[in-house]
Amino acid sequence: MDFITPPYLTQDISIRRIMWRVLAALLPGIAVCLWLLGPVILAQLAIATLTALAAEGLMLRLRGRPLAPFLGDGSAVVTAWLITLAFPPLAPWWLTVVGVAFAIVVAKHLYGGLGQNPFNPAMIAFAVCIVSFPALMSQWPALDAGAGFGERLALILGQAPRLDALTGATPLDALKTALRLGEGQVGVAAATADRAVFGHIAGRGWEWVAAGHLVGGLWLMWRGTIGWRVPIAFLGGMTMVSGALWLWQPDGFANPLFHLFSGGTMLGAFFIATDPVTGCTTPRGQLIFGFSAGALACLIRIFGGYPDGVAFAVLLLNLCVPIIDLYTQPPIFGMKK
Amino acid sequence: MSALFQFNGGVKPATHKARSAQTPIDTAPLPTLLVVPLHQSIGSQPRPLVRAGEHVKKGQRIGAADKWLSSAVHAPTSGKVLAVEERVAAHPSGLSALSIVIAPDGKDEWIELEPFDPATLPPERVREILRDAGVVGLGGAVFPSHVKTEAAKTRALEALVINGAECEPFMTCDDRLMRERAEGIARGVAIFRDLLRPRRVLVGIEDNKPEAIAAMLSAVEAIGEDFTVVPVPTRYPAGGAKQLIRVLTGKEIPADRRSPEMGAQCFNVATAYTAWRAVAFGEPVISRIVTLTGNVERAGNWEIRLGTPLREILPLMRPKADTNRYIMGGPMMGFELPSLEAPIVKASNCIIAGSPSLFPPPAPEMPCIRCGACARACPHELQPFELYWFARARNFGKTQEYKLFDCIECGGCSYVCPARIPLVQYFRFAKSEIWSRERDKASADAAKARFERRQAREARERAEKAERLAKASERKAAPASTAPNDAAPDETEAARKAAIAAAIERARVQREGVQAGNTGDPDATRREEVAGAGIGQCRAVDAPDAGQDSRREGQ
Repeated sequence: MDFITPPYLTQDISIRRIMWRVLAALLPGIAVCLWLLGPVILAQLAIATLTALAAEGLMLRLRGRPLAPFLGDGSAVVTAWLITLAFPPLAPWWLTVVGVAFAIVVAKHLYGGLGQNPFNPAMIAFAVCIVSFPALMSQWPALDAGAGFGERLALILGQAPRLDALTGATPLDALKTALRLGEGQVGVAAATADRAVFGHIAGRGWEWVAAGHLVGGLWLMWRGTIGWRVPIAFLGGMTMVSGALWLWQPDGFANPLFHLFSGGTMLGAFFIATDPVTGCTTPRGQLIFGFSAGALACLIRIFGGYPDGVAFAVLLLNLCVPIIDLYTQPPIFGMKK
Repeated sequence: MSALFQFNGGVKPATHKARSAQTPIDTAPLPTLLVVPLHQSIGSQPRPLVRAGEHVKKGQRIGAADKWLSSAVHAPTSGKVLAVEERVAAHPSGLSALSIVIAPDGKDEWIELEPFDPATLPPERVREILRDAGVVGLGGAVFPSHVKTEAAKTRALEALVINGAECEPFMTCDDRLMRERAEGIARGVAIFRDLLRPRRVLVGIEDNKPEAIAAMLSAVEAIGEDFTVVPVPTRYPAGGAKQLIRVLTGKEIPADRRSPEMGAQCFNVATAYTAWRAVAFGEPVISRIVTLTGNVERAGNWEIRLGTPLREILPLMRPKADTNRYIMGGPMMGFELPSLEAPIVKASNCIIAGSPSLFPPPAPEMPCIRCGACARACPHELQPFELYWFARARNFGKTQEYKLFDCIECGGCSYVCPARIPLVQYFRFAKSEIWSRERDKASADAAKARFERRQAREARERAEKAERLAKASERKAAPASTAPNDAAPDETEAARKAAIAAAIERARVQREGVQAGNTGDPDATRREEVAGAGIGQCRAVDAPDAGQDSRREGQ
C-alpha cells in the first residue's frame, strides 16, 4: 500500500497542464503568423521544438534526472515556441537551434533546471543571438515579396541567398531609422506613411500577430493560469513612457498604441514577463516588476541601439526579483495594520 | 443579519457530503470490547481512577482531570475493566497510549445521574461540571471547554461564535446533529453564553446546509434566544476557528494571540450539545456522532461510544473490497489510522474508507515553479512556496521569519500545488525540527551555565587556596630567615613537602568541586536556572499542542 499524506484530495492540476495551456494560448498569434507567412512558421516551430526536446533530454541525462516527467512537462516546448515567436520568422535554422540550445542548456539546466533558473531562458536566447548576430536578428520578412513556401523554407534552411527583397527591417526599426535619418525634419506621420510597412495602428500584419497574442493572453488570464498584475502593469508601463514622450512631442515619438502593438510588447506582457519562475511572486512585487519591465522596454526600444527592448528589460528585472520580493512581502492574517 | 466579512485564500474541493447526509443519526450497537484512551483532549493526561478487575457503570468517571487544563474520561457502558495498559492510539504515529480496556456486561447500566438547571448554578460550578463531564471541543481540536469559558480578564467578550460550518469534505456529523438536535445545541450555546457574557452570539453555518440552517433558526426561536444564525459562503477552511471568527466578526486573530483577548470565542455545535447534556442531564461525554463514509456500501452518521475499535464499526459502514485505508477526520486535515484496533475518540468526527480510486497516490513531486497558487490559497496569507524553499534548505530561521508558526496546516496549499509538493509535510517537518532544536538548546544552555559556574567556583577556590598557602609560607619563612645558613637544605625540603601537600589538597578540592557540581545539593541560583530550563522544555513540548489548538480550535 502506498503511503500518502494529507490532504488526500488534490485539485486536478499539474505543471504539464499549465504548460499546455500556455502553448494553447500561443495558437492565435501563431495562426496569424501562418496567415501572414504561410506554413514556414510551422517549420520554424518544429525545428525549435525538436532542438528543445533534444537539449532537454541530453541535459537531463547528464544531470542524472528522470527523463519522462521532465520531458513531458512541456516547459521546454514553451521555451522553444516563445523563442520562435520572438525571433525573426525567417531566421536561418542554425540561429534558432543556437538560441534554443543556449536557452535550455545554459539558461535553464546549468542553473538547476525547471524552477531554478533566475533568467527567462527565451529572453536569454534572444539577448545572446541579437548580440552575436545583430544583422540576422533584425531581418523581418517583407510581406509583399510574394515569396512562396518553398522560397521561404529555402531561406530558413540556408539554401538560398538572403536577398534584401525577401526581408526587411521591423516596423519599429523602420520608424526609428526614418526618424533618425530625417534629423527632426521628418515627423512620425511622414515616417509611418509607407503602407508596405505600416498598418492601421502599428506594423502592417505584425499588429495582428500582436492582437493574436493579446487574445491568447487574455484567455490565460481568464483561465487563471496567469495573474492580471504583471501583464496589465507591463502594458501600463509601456503606455506611460510612450504616452509621456508622445504628449511631449507628438511628431517625434510614436503614440502608445503603436508601441503596444509593435515588437514584442504583447508577447512580453502576457507570455514572457508572466513566467512565474523568473518573476516576482508578491502582489505588489508583480506590479513593480511588470510596470518597470514595460517602461524599461519602451525606453530601450526608443533610445537604445536595438530594434526592441523587451528582452533586455525583462532580463534586467529578473535580476531585481529577489530584492523586490524581499521588500514587498504582504502582511499576513492578523498582522494587517 | 450582520454583514459578512471575507477571509483571503481558501479552496473549494468537491464536498462529497450528499451520501452521508441523507439518513438520520443511528446508534451503533454495543461493541464487544472498549478501549478508552485516557488522553483524549489537549492538556495533561487524566489520572486513571480504576484498576483491572473493577466493575464500572456507564458514565462512571474512569479518568480524572489532572490539572485545570485537562478533562475527565468516562466508561461508555457498564462492564468489567480488563486492563489499564498501553494500547494503539488513534494517532498517525501508531504509538500506543494508556487506555482503559472494558469488557461490556451488556446491561448498559447508568450511574446515578445528577441533572441541574444551568440557570441556578454559579459559573464556577458549571465549569467544574464541564470539566468532570469531559466536555471538550468536538470539532477535532479537543480543547477542554471549561477552560475556554473563562473570559479574558482585560476585556469584555464581543462575540461568541458557534461553529457549524463543517467545511471539511465528506463530513456531515455536525450537519445531521444540527438538523436533529438543534434545540439541544441552542440550549448548550446558552450555557456558554451565560458563562462568557458576550455582546452577541453568532452561529455560522456553511450555506451548503440549508436544512441545518433552518433547524437552527427555528430552535433558536423556539427557546426564545437572540442568537443570530448566519449562513456563510462555502469555502474551505471556513470552519477553521480563526476563519469563521473573521467571516462573522471581521476580527483577525494572530497566531500569538488567544481569541478572547481580541473579543471573540468559538465553540463547535457538537460541543455545545454535549455541554447541555452534561449540565442539564448529568450525562458525561461517552459517545459522539461520527460520519462513516467514503468507499463504503452504507454511508451515514452513527452515535458511537468512545473507545469502540475501528474494527467493530466496519460492519456499520460496510467498506467495499478495494478499501485500503481508513482516514480519521476530513480528507484535508485528517490522517490515516494506523490499525483497525485504533479506537473512536472525542476527536473522531469522521472515518473515511479510502481506496486507490478515491484517494489515488499523488503524481510524482515536481520542482516548485513559484506559480504562487499556494500563496493565493493560504487562508493565513503566508507564502508557502518561500516556506518550502527554506524548510527544504533547513534554513529554519528563515521559515520563522516567514511566519511558519502561523500555518494552521489546513492543506489548502498542497491541494492547489501543480507540482504536487506535499507542502504541509515540509511545514510539519520544519516545525518539529525547530521544537526539537529549542529543546536541545534549552538543555545545552543549562549545561553551559552549569559548566561556567563550576569553572568560576574552582577558580575562586584556587585563588583562596593560593592565598592561604602564601600566608602559610610567609609564616614559615619569617622564622626561617633568622635561622643560620646551614639549615638551608632542610628548609628547601620542607618547602617541597609543603608544595606537594598543597598540590594534593588542590586535587582533592577539585575532585570535590566536580562532585558538588554534578550530584551535590544545588545552590539556590542553580536550582532557579534548572527550573528555568525546565520551563523552556515545557514550553517546547507544549508548543505542538498550542499549534494544533489554534489550528482547529472550535472547528
